[in-house]
Amino acid sequence: MTTTPTTTASASSAAGNSFSDVTSSESALRRFLHGLPGVDQVGAEARAASLGTRSIKTTAKDYAIDLAIRMVDLTTLEGQDTHGKVRALANKAMRPDPADPTCPQTAAVCVYPDMVAVAKETLGTSGVNVAAVATAFPSGRAALDIKLADTRDAVEAGADEIDMVIDRGAFLSGRYLEVYDEIVAVKEACGPAHLKVIFETGELQTYDNVRRASWLAMMAGGHFIKTSTGKVQPAATLPVTMIMLEAVRDFREATGQMIGVKPAGGIRTSKDAIKYLVMVNEVAGPDWLDPDWFRFGASTLLNDLLMQRTKMTTGRYSGPDYFTLD
Amino acid sequence: MARIDVRKTYKLYIGGAFPRSESGYSYVVNDAKGKFMANASLASRKDARDAVQAARKAFPGWAARTAYNRAQIVYRIAEVMEDRRPQFVDAVQRSEGRTAAQANKVVDDAIDRLVWYAGWADKITQVVGGANPVAGPFFNLSTPEPTGVVAVFAPQESSLLGLVSVVAPAIVVGNTVVVTSSYERPLPAVTFAEVLATSDVPGGVINVLTGSAATTGPWLASHMDVNAIDLTGVAGDADLAKSLEEASAENLKRVRRAPSAEPDWSLDPGIDRMTGVLETKTVWHPVGI
Repeated sequence: MTTTPTTTASASSAAGNSFSDVTSSESALRRFLHGLPGVDQVGAEARAASLGTRSIKTTAKDYAIDLAIRMVDLTTLEGQDTHGKVRALANKAMRPDPADPTCPQTAAVCVYPDMVAVAKETLGTSGVNVAAVATAFPSGRAALDIKLADTRDAVEAGADEIDMVIDRGAFLSGRYLEVYDEIVAVKEACGPAHLKVIFETGELQTYDNVRRASWLAMMAGGHFIKTSTGKVQPAATLPVTMIMLEAVRDFREATGQMIGVKPAGGIRTSKDAIKYLVMVNEVAGPDWLDPDWFRFGASTLLNDLLMQRTKMTTGRYSGPDYFTLD
Repeated sequence: MARIDVRKTYKLYIGGAFPRSESGYSYVVNDAKGKFMANASLASRKDARDAVQAARKAFPGWAARTAYNRAQIVYRIAEVMEDRRPQFVDAVQRSEGRTAAQANKVVDDAIDRLVWYAGWADKITQVVGGANPVAGPFFNLSTPEPTGVVAVFAPQESSLLGLVSVVAPAIVVGNTVVVTSSYERPLPAVTFAEVLATSDVPGGVINVLTGSAATTGPWLASHMDVNAIDLTGVAGDADLAKSLEEASAENLKRVRRAPSAEPDWSLDPGIDRMTGVLETKTVWHPVGI
């Protein structure tokens, strides 16, 4: 089969002491990451494509659409964001379809740190989380203390989740320990907030690197691993997400610890979202079919999900005129 | 040795491309004498959905073009039709069971109709819009604007002249169209789609579905993103026409009702097919500022 072999064997030896020997030195870490089995690129792409051909209809589609809505991190990360826009987005996250009270909430809204307070004020106790992108998003090119201050600032403003970017320059030049230490430091600065680690897979060049970055972030204590910022093309793709799902599956087998996955950027249609859900179920397992363990970073996706949902409930095709522009 | 016939299976025309039907179905098209002509794709509800999506996407760009430019493009369709005249004559002759002379006349009329409508693009505003006298210090100006996406059911009998006569007025004023061709006689519509693909019409402005109005109709009529519907092609089927009108009421589509019998397309068409898919915008502006 085209599935890549699990990495349990290499990982379990390290699991006993929670990776402390792996991360004890630059060379040990490199040895571990480069010792992960390589990704068969053609095989991975073929498997991801074949999982994308499943036909999901009627009640399964109903379920998938509602689940996908609950998994959306409704995102606005623009220089032109205003308080009004963030408030509108937060309201949409709480009541995605004002015409239908049975429509579920989204998981979170995702904003820049300076908008966290505004989002939090609007969302109140609705149960929708506020996620903030920190650490000099999207490039990650700033000194560590600035990144940490950025993170603390967002957490103090009330962010429930922090989306950090890794230092791709350091990662690509092989300074893995530096990346590791940075994730650990940011996690500490997060305090009670959950940490999502963004790899920007569009800049990582190879699938092998995606697998290495996944393990690096999981060992460093990230709660979620996330594909992209949405600012770089290509953003989330099926094969990249599949490799990350394999990594979280193998990590749980090795350590018993569950890590979430969040593809972000480029997922625009319900059909795409359902392909991802099929892949989550088949690769990682049904345990991940939950907003606590799988998220979509998206903005336009929600409208398409709502249009499909309306089609399922009313039996007629809906149009973009009936949903808010954002 | 006898040459083997090339038995064609024609495709749909959606968003400037020629896809097969999403359903994978096609149907046999016979000529007026019942002899096999070709296969045509049988449009499904999902093809209708895709066509509406393509039409919606094309609408802002098409509506924003100058009337003069739309006229040029519609005129260009006529020019390219002229180039492919033998193919149209053959398709009309066999589909409608006419003589060569009659078929030639039909193609002439269809091309002339396009030219006639092309001329209207930059004139309809003057005819149906204008400055309204009001009792106050205001300019009061009415201008017609295109309605949006129009679902058209082309006539069942007149497969070319009828088709052109229902599609041209909708697009020349800036709408985009999803047209379901005659079920029994789709080949002139297929050739027309091939003309569109090579005549500067932006993809998605005209989308051609071959197949049955009874299949695509309910989905187009109930579609919330379709702004107007022309039921000319369901003439004679009162039950279907009624149910499509009812479905259209949900989002207050403009409906052109089905006539009791197919009209004579060789007559002067008048402008009501254009005005039926226009909305009037009226602007008040203070005088003297």
